[in-house]
Amino acid sequence: MNGNGKKKKIGVFVCHCGVNIASVVDVERVAKALENYPGVEFSTNYVYMCSEPGQKMILEKIKEQKLDSVIVAACSPTLHEKTFQNVVELAGINPYQLEIANIREQDSWVHSDKEKATAKAVKIVKSMVEKVLQNESLEPIRVGVTRRALVIGGGISGLQAALDIADHGYEVLLVEKGPSIGGHMIQLSETFPTLDCSQCIMTPKMVEVSRHPKIRLLTYHEVESVSGFVGNFKVKIRKKPRYVNPDLCTLCGDCEKVCPQIVSDEFNMGLSFRKAIYMPFPQAVPGTYTLDIDNCLGLLPIRCGKCKDVCEPKAINYDEQEEIFEEEVGAIVVSTGYDLYTMDHLGEYGGERYEDVLNGLEFERILSASGPTGGVVRRPSDGKVPKNVVFIQCCGSRDTENHNPYCSKICCMYTAKHAMLYKHRVPDGHATVFYIDVRTGGKAFDEFYQRAVEEDHVLYIRGKVSKVFQEGDRIIVWGVDTLTGKKVEMEADMVVLAMSMVKTEGGEELLKKLKIATDANGWLAEAHPKLRPVESLNAGFFLAGCAHGPKDIPETVAQASAAAAKVGDLFAQKELLHEPTIVPVNEELCSGCGICVTVCPYGARELDPIKKVVKVNEILCEGCGACAAACPSGAAQQKNQTDNQIFSMVKAILKG
Amino acid sequence: MRVKLKIGEEEKQFIERVSELSGQDVYKCYQCGRCSAGCPFAFEMDLLPNQIIRMVQMGLQDEVIHSKTLYLCASCFTCQSRCPKGIDLARLMEAIRLLIEPKGKDQFGPNDVPTKLANELPQQVLVAVYRKFSK
Repeated sequence: MNGNGKKKKIGVFVCHCGVNIASVVDVERVAKALENYPGVEFSTNYVYMCSEPGQKMILEKIKEQKLDSVIVAACSPTLHEKTFQNVVELAGINPYQLEIANIREQDSWVHSDKEKATAKAVKIVKSMVEKVLQNESLEPIRVGVTRRALVIGGGISGLQAALDIADHGYEVLLVEKGPSIGGHMIQLSETFPTLDCSQCIMTPKMVEVSRHPKIRLLTYHEVESVSGFVGNFKVKIRKKPRYVNPDLCTLCGDCEKVCPQIVSDEFNMGLSFRKAIYMPFPQAVPGTYTLDIDNCLGLLPIRCGKCKDVCEPKAINYDEQEEIFEEEVGAIVVSTGYDLYTMDHLGEYGGERYEDVLNGLEFERILSASGPTGGVVRRPSDGKVPKNVVFIQCCGSRDTENHNPYCSKICCMYTAKHAMLYKHRVPDGHATVFYIDVRTGGKAFDEFYQRAVEEDHVLYIRGKVSKVFQEGDRIIVWGVDTLTGKKVEMEADMVVLAMSMVKTEGGEELLKKLKIATDANGWLAEAHPKLRPVESLNAGFFLAGCAHGPKDIPETVAQASAAAAKVGDLFAQKELLHEPTIVPVNEELCSGCGICVTVCPYGARELDPIKKVVKVNEILCEGCGACAAACPSGAAQQKNQTDNQIFSMVKAILKG
Repeated sequence: MRVKLKIGEEEKQFIERVSELSGQDVYKCYQCGRCSAGCPFAFEMDLLPNQIIRMVQMGLQDEVIHSKTLYLCASCFTCQSRCPKGIDLARLMEAIRLLIEPKGKDQFGPNDVPTKLANELPQQVLVAVYRKFSK
C-alpha cells in the first residue's frame, strides 16, 4: 500500500550485466522469487537492462502491465539511476517511483558462493520493494541562476577561463591577490618544447583581459568568504589598499626613485631588489605602481611621504582604506595555482645555505632577458658565468617516505629546457642532469629531450644525488650512475634543483573559506577522475590549472577552457533543478533542540527563534541524511528514505 | 655472458624469504640510486647497494649471495635515512646474510682476532662480528 492507501503495481527487472552479475547470482531465480511478492505485479530478467532493447522492454512492460513503480536490480545507482529514471518518466511515471537494487557492487562482485549470493540478491530486491511501496512522487526543486562567474587567481589558467567565459557573453569577476595578473607563467623565460618567449605569448592575453568589456579585473583583492549555493553564490571580496590610483598613475617612476625602502623582489625570486613603492614588472597589468604597506616606512607624511611629494599627477593617496564588498555570482572557477616546495626541506642539497644552489624558478629568472642579470647566466654569489651546471630532478617529488609522493610532471621537461638554454647562452659550459626517469609524454616532448642530449650534449646521469656541499668556491655533488654502477663526484659552479610543486601557501585558508574538497596532497579534488575532470564535487565550483595538480601550460589552458565551457553549460540553463530528496521538518514533532543544526554540513538548517522549531533551506539541503539520523524526535525525515521505510526494508531482509 | 632470467618457485621463495626476514618490501624500490650515491663503503663494493636490491627483485640469487657487498655493509643506515621509499637496506643485507649462512663459509673465526686486541675488544664487538661474518 502506498501513502494514499492505493495498492501499488511494481515491476521488477533483474539485469545479468553480461556475466558480471549472472555468473555469481542466479538472475532467473531472483526474478522468479519476486513474482509473487506482495506489491509486485511483474518480474523478469534480461542480459543488459541498460541497453537500448533493455530500456525498450521496461517501457513496454510498464504500459502492458499498467505498472506504477519500477525496480531495476542491477549495478550501483551512481551509474544508471538517471538512465532508468528517464525511461520511467517517458512512460509517464514519476522518476522517484524508480529504485535501483544494487546486486552487482554489493553482491556479485564481492561474493563467490552462488547459492548465498542469489539469496542475498533476493533479499536486496525485496527490501527495495518495501521501500518503493512507501515512495512518494516528488518534483525537483527549481531555482534561478545568476549568470555571472567569479574566477579566483590571475595566472594563465584564470586568464584563459575568464576570457572564455566572457567570450560566451557572461560577466566575469577576476580576483587576483597580487598587484598584477600573470601568475608564474609571466616569470618564465622561454617555454618548452617550442622555446617561445613566455612574456611574448602571455602579455597579449593579459592586455585582452584588462580590456574585455565583460571582465571586471580585481587585482590586489582577496576573496573573504563565500556563501550560498550553485547558481546563487554570495561572495565577499576584500580590496586591499594600493595607495595609488591606477587611473591617474602615469608610470613616470618618480616615486620609485625617491623611495628609501629597499626590499627583496618577489618577481625575481629574491635575486634582485625593488622599492616599497613598485611595479612588479614592466608589463604588469594593471599598469600602475603599488605601495607595499608592509615595507613602507609608514603613511604619516611626517615620517617619510617622499613618494607623495614627487607624484605630479597626484595619484598617491595615503588615506585609501581597505574595503569589503559583496557580489553575486552563479559559478566559481578556482585557479589558485601552485608554489614550489621550499629548499629547506632538502637539507642535504644545501639550497638554503649556498647562494649558488637555486630552484627552478630562480633559474628561470636568471635565464630571462628581463631578469636580474639581463639574460646572461651569472651565479648569484660572485656574478661569474658558471661553466659547470648540475641539474637535479625529483627534488621532493616521488618520495613517499620524506616528501611528496606524486610526480610533479613538468620538471623533466623544464630541466631539459634549462640545460638546453644554458648551453645556448654558455656554449663552452657543461650541463649535467641527474634523473631517476625522464618522462616526456606530450606532443613534441620526447624530441625536445633528445635534442638536449644529441645537439646540446647535455649529460644525463641516471641516479639520484645524495649530497651537495661547498668546497671553496666550488660546489661538490655526490651521486651515482646506476647504469654503469659507478659512484660519481662532480664539481659544479651552480646547482639547480627541480623542486616539487606543492599547493599554494595560504591557499589552504582560502579553500577552507570556499569549503571545497581537496585530495590527500592538498590539490583540489575533481568530481570524477575520468569523466568529470574539471568540476569540483561541490556543485558550482570548477577547477583550472595547477591548483588541481601539477600540469604544464598547454594542459592548464585546455583545462581552463573546459572549465569555462562547463560554466557556460550551467549558465545556459533557464533554471537549476535540485534533488527533492531533502530532509524537511515536521513542525508538530520538532522540539527545537537544534541538534540537526549543528550536524548539518551544508548550513541548510536554522532554528526559528520565535516558533522554536527548525527551518530548512531546501536549496542548500543536499539530502545527506545526517540530521535525520541525529534527530531524537523523528521530526527530520528524509523524503523517500523515512524511518518507516528503513524499518520495513530491514524487516524484509531479516525475514529472508 | 648472458644472465638467465627466470622467476620460478625457487626465485620466488628467495624473494619472499628476503622480504620476510628483513621486513622490507623489495618491490618498493624504483632504482633512484640514492643509497649507492651516499654509501660510504661503496668504493670497495663489487655490487652497489641499489644493484643488490635490483638483483633480489630479479631473483638473481647466485649473484647476490656471492657478492662482497653483503659483508662490506657497515649498517650505518645512511641509505635508509635517504631512501625515498623508506627501505631499510641494512636490514635487507642482514637478511640475505642470515639466509645464506647455512650455505656460506665462515668469513671470520677466533683465529682472526689479532692477539694484541684480543683482551681489549669489548665482548659486544666480538658477538656482533661473529654474528655478521660466521655461519
